[in-house]
Amino acid sequence: MQNNKLLVVLTGIAVGAIAVALVALGNPGNMGFCIACFLRDTAGAVGLHRAEVVQYVRPEIIGLVLGAFIMAFAGKEFSPRGGSAPVTRFTLGFCVMVGALMFLGCPLRMMLRIGGGDLNALVGLAGFVAGIGCGIFCLNRGFTLKRTYSVSKLDGYLYPAANVAMLALLCAAPALLFFSESGPGSMHAPIAAALIAGLAVGVLAQKSRFCTVAGIRDTILFKDTHMLIGFIAVIAAVIIGNLIMGSFHIGFEGQPVAHTDGLWNFLGMLLVGLGSVLLGGCPLRQLILSGEGNVDSVVTVLGFVVGAAFCHNFKLASSGDGPTSGGQIAVIIGLAITAAIAFANIQRETKAKA
Amino acid sequence: MDKIIVDARGCACPEPVLKTKRAVASGAEVLTVLVDNNTAVENVKRFAASKGYQADVTQEGGDFHIELKK
Repeated sequence: MQNNKLLVVLTGIAVGAIAVALVALGNPGNMGFCIACFLRDTAGAVGLHRAEVVQYVRPEIIGLVLGAFIMAFAGKEFSPRGGSAPVTRFTLGFCVMVGALMFLGCPLRMMLRIGGGDLNALVGLAGFVAGIGCGIFCLNRGFTLKRTYSVSKLDGYLYPAANVAMLALLCAAPALLFFSESGPGSMHAPIAAALIAGLAVGVLAQKSRFCTVAGIRDTILFKDTHMLIGFIAVIAAVIIGNLIMGSFHIGFEGQPVAHTDGLWNFLGMLLVGLGSVLLGGCPLRQLILSGEGNVDSVVTVLGFVVGAAFCHNFKLASSGDGPTSGGQIAVIIGLAITAAIAFANIQRETKAKA
Repeated sequence: MDKIIVDARGCACPEPVLKTKRAVASGAEVLTVLVDNNTAVENVKRFAASKGYQADVTQEGGDFHIELKK
């Protein structure tokens, strides 16, 4: 038990420290990791959207998936499974991405932003906690996407294999890809460093079951602070790292890749929190599970990717200038769809059967 | 009293723990929780320990049987 707790804390510290290092090596500010931003950049690199400032194949994503795959395989935990409402998961993934690109970050980047002194992210955190609260309300009333079943080995291998293919493409044929020449997409750590960073975090997150939603969810639901300690460890490590690197700047204005619209930062992360609880884990956790052979999580990740492409093709994503009106409408629709999915999947459970 | 069996195989987080919590809340002092992955085993065991239950895990094929006893 204690070893598990130590592993969660170690994972948190490693995630925080590596994130600060990635920024020092070239990633955008407070964006050592961002599952939402990096999947969006990767979607852009293969031309799924044409927002020229956010196109790059992020090796961190590839590393996270392959790190989890390697660790799961080594630990005999690679277990291809799926069939738990895949299209619903795709839709929830799409909606979560709409919320994340309103706020400009997944829950992990929200933590990194807090650790960089970005107070807008505290507003996002309030929305995130509120969204998790709404998700718990649904869970307590019997929300479920039903169970998964075993699927073929090949089904489980395909997504990790696709990540190997993306890495090969990035290294061997970058001319085929779209790369930003300015903006956040042009800012990145060297490929090897980013890949190793992703692998390290993928390995640790698989082993420790690290999840940015679980910390707050389990504390509220079960008074279990096991994962919350990891959540706090990330933020503490990032604050210390940024203080050492001289990149801790407290305030609302002028934060890197962020805007100051409090209402929409709140609502964006509310959608992310609610959607993530319904999905059973945060965007990072979905990536890790996709490396473990959970094909429902693969479908969820595809929902993230397609959602990101739509957000940039239809100008729904925020920028440093603030949200767009289309993005505001999309978040409201996303909340409505997510709420409808939540209520439609509430099963009136009878008492535990004899 | 019939033995309480909680079948949480294939369920996403946090459903295995939630189902266990419901069974515990209904007064079960001896129950078996069925799950099919290590994460769920760890989570159910942690919850059970916090409620004062002893856990005994056996593996059968791809499934885990967690016997909980107060």
